[in-house]
Amino acid sequence: MKANANPKANHQILILTYGIVLLFIGLVVYYGYFLQVKSDSVINNSYNARLDSFADRVVRGEIRSSNGQVLARTDVDGEGHETRVYPYDSMFAHAVGYSVNGKTGLEAQSNFYLLTSHVNIMEQVINELSSRKNQGDNVVTTLDVDLQKKAYEALGKRNGAVVVMEPDTGKILAMVSKPDYNPNTILSDWNSLVAEENTSGQLLNRATQGLYPPGSTFKIVTALEYIRENPENYKDYVFDCDGIYENGDYSIKCYHETAHGHQNFTQAFANSCNGAFSNLGLMMDLNGLRNTSQQLLFNTDLSLPFPSNRSSYIMAPGADTWQILQTAIGQGQTQITPLHNAMITAAIANGGTLMKPYLIDHVENAGGDIIKKFVPQAYGNIMTAEESAKMTELMQAVITEGTGSALRTDAYTVAGKTGSAEFDKNKETHAWFVGYAPAEHPKIAVSVIVEEGGSGGKTAAPIARSLFDLYFSR
Amino acid sequence: MINLIIDVSRYLMILLIALYTYLNFRYFSFQDDKRKNSICRRQNILMFLIHLLAYGIIWLETEDERMLVFYGAQVLFFFGYLLLYRLFYRNLSKLLVNNMCMLLSIGFIMLTRLSFDKAVKQFTIVVVAAAVTCIIPFIIDRVWQLSKIPWVYGIGGVILLGIVCVAGTTSYGAQLSIGVAGFSFQPSEFVKISYVFFIATMFYRSVSNRTILLVSGVSALHVLILVLSKDLGSALIFFITYVFMLFIATGKWRYLLGGTAGGILASTLAFQLFSHVKTRVAAWLNPWSDIAGKGYQISQSLFAIGTGGWFGMGLYRGMPRKIPVVEKDFIFSAISEEMGGIFALCVLLICLGCFLQFMMVAGNMQAVFYKLIAFGLGMIYAIQVFLTVGGVTKFIPSTGVTLPLVSYGGSSVLSTFIIFGIIQGLYILKRNEEEEDQYES
Repeated sequence: MKANANPKANHQILILTYGIVLLFIGLVVYYGYFLQVKSDSVINNSYNARLDSFADRVVRGEIRSSNGQVLARTDVDGEGHETRVYPYDSMFAHAVGYSVNGKTGLEAQSNFYLLTSHVNIMEQVINELSSRKNQGDNVVTTLDVDLQKKAYEALGKRNGAVVVMEPDTGKILAMVSKPDYNPNTILSDWNSLVAEENTSGQLLNRATQGLYPPGSTFKIVTALEYIRENPENYKDYVFDCDGIYENGDYSIKCYHETAHGHQNFTQAFANSCNGAFSNLGLMMDLNGLRNTSQQLLFNTDLSLPFPSNRSSYIMAPGADTWQILQTAIGQGQTQITPLHNAMITAAIANGGTLMKPYLIDHVENAGGDIIKKFVPQAYGNIMTAEESAKMTELMQAVITEGTGSALRTDAYTVAGKTGSAEFDKNKETHAWFVGYAPAEHPKIAVSVIVEEGGSGGKTAAPIARSLFDLYFSR
Repeated sequence: MINLIIDVSRYLMILLIALYTYLNFRYFSFQDDKRKNSICRRQNILMFLIHLLAYGIIWLETEDERMLVFYGAQVLFFFGYLLLYRLFYRNLSKLLVNNMCMLLSIGFIMLTRLSFDKAVKQFTIVVVAAAVTCIIPFIIDRVWQLSKIPWVYGIGGVILLGIVCVAGTTSYGAQLSIGVAGFSFQPSEFVKISYVFFIATMFYRSVSNRTILLVSGVSALHVLILVLSKDLGSALIFFITYVFMLFIATGKWRYLLGGTAGGILASTLAFQLFSHVKTRVAAWLNPWSDIAGKGYQISQSLFAIGTGGWFGMGLYRGMPRKIPVVEKDFIFSAISEEMGGIFALCVLLICLGCFLQFMMVAGNMQAVFYKLIAFGLGMIYAIQVFLTVGGVTKFIPSTGVTLPLVSYGGSSVLSTFIIFGIIQGLYILKRNEEEEDQYES
């Protein structure tokens, strides 16, 4: 045999062997990370047929409110037939969802947890021996039954949506969308709900997926952009309003053609003067307005654990005058979801830091031991603390001297913005209100829209008022 | 009650394989043969226990008597194989034989659960392969001519791959196999071996620039044909193996670095040129965006692994058959889903243990030819394991290669038997030499 041409061969083989071992260690670590951390979110997917087979061995767990009231449970009769029961009927329809003919809402989002059982080993053995199913884990949500009920009743028979959030955590306390359906009878109602001639869209969660023109609530964005462009002297802006602002061939009317008279910046915002804000739009850097909108998550997937539509802001530099006039006051092509509007409001309330909205507080087993706890997560800063303070000042003026008079009270201070969004010349406007309270140390933020409700100040603001009243009376 | 038995057995199997894997690495820390032999005996017991438990579950779940017969046949085979190998070759590596049997038995268990017919077919092939390859260590020891026919390996490999590329049947977008007398035959599995032999014989003769150029050319031809056949996994294995073998033969780092750089360049080029490469990478980066289409296979695999978790769903309790070609490229996901993540990791570590043994043999061989062969075959094995497990877990883009000895497929099984047989032969050769030295001194 010939001698080795490479005397260092063994040493080099060792090095390469270490290299391969390192690769394998990387693979093992990645694999462990996937199983331990990532897999929950991966497998809870409607394309994963495996979850359905869990139901053969586990009784679907309960969905509960933040203080333990049952929002959905599974009753098992003597013969083992299971029925999903929703004690509040349609009150939580969209938030909790349904779990037949597909799954929606929390029933879909927490499907994996509900079908996983963490009852103790002894109980599992006993269940096994008596061939009973194990009880699935219960999902405790952030939802507050009282607030949900108030929002549900305040909206009454009108269509629209209400979202109530905690600005400093992102917890969703209430989420109502109307029209709705009764999850208890959804199977028998199914055909009429999905019938082609049914155009009312009861199954759509308007709070997260309904896209509406933001109307004057968009003046929050326009005002923020103007403040950014003129941080020192934005308050020097003045405008004389005679109810109709004319520019060339175009005219922009204030709501009911009210003449606001001489307005400074704060007054124009508080009174929601369309003329003043259309005029502001023409003075503005359109690139800047677009960037600010996108920083506030327009044209962005909110990437939440539940389905949501993305709000859209279309206008680009080079837009014509009419589009600028319209867009600056939240008309035109801009669209927003009630949830997104609540998020922007909550971020202002939270010093510019947006917290990720979430619905599941924790998962516990049938015995009440916590299996998984969800903690608040920051989405990021969408404006500076200074900007949020300036916005708060403007939004407080809306209540104290402007269109938000429905929320004037000595019990607490409110910052907010009304909106009356036109969407069809022959119909009433959509009524908006977004706001939070107390203005100094915000505890809750709301976003209310009433379809064809007319004036935001008259229709939507009182709903917010009733929610704040309830919240601060406890 | 049955559920309870199945659940308990499942945890027991995890415990047993964890122990087996532990012994596999503990083995390396012992020097004296007595303790090594005792470890190997314990491994045998553990393997038969796992095998028994698994087939117990399979029988409880299917209540099919054929399973019992099939189980009996397997036990006979394993006993016979372990025993006969020891009788023929006194100085064998018991650990290597043990690991082969362990991996084979896991493959049988999983295949039986997935498709009884395929499992039986696989078993038949394994029995034939085991019988035929039994003589390989004998040949290695005596037939020195193996090092004298480089061009048979080189030209033979190119021709075989060429035939597949031109006339092969297409499966999942790649030309992999040709039909011979009713059997589907996958030449690249065997060309892997001839390829390593070609490189080893050439470099054993000389590492002059001329030889390097020549060998590089023939190797590149192999890789190119594989790329044209869209068999990207094999192309990658061939390429890396060549660069590594060149490095070990010459000892020059610049070849390793140059080869790596060339590999990156070629991969980028392949990404630009071939749409199916782009597709694979896209499915890897974000399988969820096209979950019903291009991302289907990998997302189903992740569902399987994730739903199974650390402890698995239990045999027959998962849905591994939702994953396309689960019994071949994605068998690891099926194991992970039903036997558990820990069990699957143990399988991976057993494979790593085999690789370490290959490298030890490479290190111990004095002759360049043998050293290069052990090293080359070991690298082929390790890269293949890494590609398949990394692919199904989305660690790297999926390349579509099998898990040796575990996956379904006759060519893959036979070629792996040959590889293990050669390594075993080299190990025995070395031990025999050592023994002679001892007698002489």
